[in-house]
Amino acid sequence: MALANEIILQKIQEKFGESVKNFTEPYGLITFEVDKSKVIDLLQFMRDDETLRFNFLTTLCGVHYPDNEIESQFAVVYHMHNWMDNVRVRFKTYLNGENPEVESATNVFLTANWMERETYDFYGIIFKGHPDLRRILNMDEMVSFPMRREFPLEDGGRTDKDDRYFGRLPNNENLN
Amino acid sequence: MSNEIKMVEAPAGVAGEGFFATQIDQVVGLARSKSLWPLPFATSCCGIEFMATMAPHYDLARFGSERPSFSPRQADMLMVMGTIAKKMAPVLRQVYEQMAEPRWVISVGACACSGGIFDTYSVLQGIDKIIPVDVYVPGCPPRPEQILDGIMKLQELVKNEPMRRRNSPEYKALLASYGIIVN
Amino acid sequence: MSDVLVKSVADKYAELIKQKENEDGSELSILNLGPTHPATHGIFQNVLLMDGERIVEAESTIGYIHRAFEKIAENRPFYQITPLTDRMNYCSSPINNMGWWMTVEKLLKIEVPQRAQYIRVIMMELARIADHLVCNSILAVDAGAFTGFLYVFQYREKIYEIYEELCGSRLTTNMGRIGGLERDLSDTGFRKLKAFLKEFPAAFKEFEDLVSRNRIFMDRCIDVGAISAEKAIAYGFTGPNLRAAGVDYDIRISNPYSSYQDFEFDIPVGKSGDTYDRYCVRNSEIWESVRIIQQAFDKMPKGPYHADVPDYYLPPKEEVYNNMEALIYHFKIVMGEIPVPKGEVYHSVEGGNGELGFYLISDGSRVPYRLHFRRPCFIYYQAFAEMVKGHLLSDAIVMLSSMNVIAGELDS
Repeated sequence: MALANEIILQKIQEKFGESVKNFTEPYGLITFEVDKSKVIDLLQFMRDDETLRFNFLTTLCGVHYPDNEIESQFAVVYHMHNWMDNVRVRFKTYLNGENPEVESATNVFLTANWMERETYDFYGIIFKGHPDLRRILNMDEMVSFPMRREFPLEDGGRTDKDDRYFGRLPNNENLN
Repeated sequence: MSNEIKMVEAPAGVAGEGFFATQIDQVVGLARSKSLWPLPFATSCCGIEFMATMAPHYDLARFGSERPSFSPRQADMLMVMGTIAKKMAPVLRQVYEQMAEPRWVISVGACACSGGIFDTYSVLQGIDKIIPVDVYVPGCPPRPEQILDGIMKLQELVKNEPMRRRNSPEYKALLASYGIIVN
Repeated sequence: MSDVLVKSVADKYAELIKQKENEDGSELSILNLGPTHPATHGIFQNVLLMDGERIVEAESTIGYIHRAFEKIAENRPFYQITPLTDRMNYCSSPINNMGWWMTVEKLLKIEVPQRAQYIRVIMMELARIADHLVCNSILAVDAGAFTGFLYVFQYREKIYEIYEELCGSRLTTNMGRIGGLERDLSDTGFRKLKAFLKEFPAAFKEFEDLVSRNRIFMDRCIDVGAISAEKAIAYGFTGPNLRAAGVDYDIRISNPYSSYQDFEFDIPVGKSGDTYDRYCVRNSEIWESVRIIQQAFDKMPKGPYHADVPDYYLPPKEEVYNNMEALIYHFKIVMGEIPVPKGEVYHSVEGGNGELGFYLISDGSRVPYRLHFRRPCFIYYQAFAEMVKGHLLSDAIVMLSSMNVIAGELDS
């Protein structure tokens, strides 16, 4: 492996200083957090820098942490991959629970388009500057964001399950 | 392989010199049951098993369903295979409404029958919530043999269906219960 | 609902249609393709703005089979997540299954014995063959050649018979366990595999002879839906569709898993990224898969078929009935009460359509806190709307089948 993890860390820290923090390496994959205002700069830098060359945005997804402080209730996780040196990296950015907003990555990577639409559909995270931020998988009429943890999994319309035997009441209310 | 050709059994009737008399119901039923044109409404995994059913190994054509009709207007048998999401439900409903009478519906696979393992906010919990179903084929996905069995079960239904059933008040009430009005 | 969508697109293009009409009198029309069109194999809707037979603009709508995999995964113990992966890319479910087990094994730091790894490789490559067979034979059907489909589908049945020997089911396999496989591949299984390796190449060669150099097929496919390597990478293409554009990116080589480093095989690449190249790359990959299976079959090591991890691996039934300890383990595993560390892992495998990734966040409880699937179809299908522009309507159909978009994987 030509590109050592230390070099990546050093490069990123040099450029972004305080905006990046909490570097860890779980299961050999560099992971860190970035301030939400710097996400697009970071993506661009990682892609265009001559040493880093992270040319591929593997995936982008949202996570909901309802138990966190209000400032960090949502996270968007980016996975990038450098094909030349075969190194992967993951970074997260935390967003406000009431008003989750982050810049859209569509100008840096075309592929982010549908990934961001999916994340919006699931979590209601707004990607500013996205060309067409609509629901993608769910029906347009839907008002809630189904992957948020308070949203129930099950459909209310199923009649063949007697809820009493599953320890719950209809509409997934609490038992007490 | 035997060279014996098996003929379909003639319905009960009176045979004589140069004529055969029977009820028209039975003749029509017999003819219909052996030429059911399927409309494969394949959405997911079960659709792949349907491909296998169509392919030479299982060969659906043996049952008189040689020609899959992709236009609902010329189909007799709507085969719903796979999960129907709530987003898809209106489309399925529209396809069913476009079919001409007499029409039959086979629901193939656990998802189409009851929602299957996908008891989730986005999946319709059984297509019988929106359209009437004649035969249910369980399985996730059912094996091609099961799909064939379902078709044979339907053939039995078709064969024994009275000709006036589609005009009967019971049938109209059934459709009305799904909100489909026929005049 | 679909009518409503067509209308909204029609409104969007109303001005353009008018402008064109004023310019040169041409009549643009809106055409709705899908969601239940026989040529789209699965349910995708494309609303096309047509100038005669030529596509001017396209808009893809997906989600008609959204089943909320990721939401279900947050509510199920690890064992109950494999059935979900089966139903994602149902043409090659063993790859998905193994990818999920490898993700869990990575999280739990479990070493899988070599025999299990080799059998997994055989199953994954069989799945790749089955996947590519469906894609290529259906592509030929869409181009008007039905016979090829009938030739090769026989052999997909044979592959299913081999699956059945290992896991008992054909399509949605639910194959494997944490730490290995649920049972060893039986002697019958090996016999069937051997027969397959003997018969399949001849039949597949016949298919290639029949279709590959067919004048009509070539005319329909060459220079249709080409995509450049740069564009493909920007759009997140992986797998055969990317390799057809000339990029030799294959996870089996770049991040070998499950002993892929032990086998010798090539990565076929195309040049122009058009439909014909995609077809050829898939065909060559089938030959490479046959090579890998042959090597794995010849070198099959002896030994256990699962790791010795009683906390995670279900004990055999006889033990459960006769042994207290085994009963406890059985109960705990079935109820999903297995010890899981906190952590985040990303693991990817080379699926039938490209990089199939699993991003698992575990908070130490019995269910994943979050499980995200990187579904290759979903990511590259977004390029379709751009790729069809300027092509004929009938070309859009062959492009769609050559990209092998699987609805289950697309809509999660």
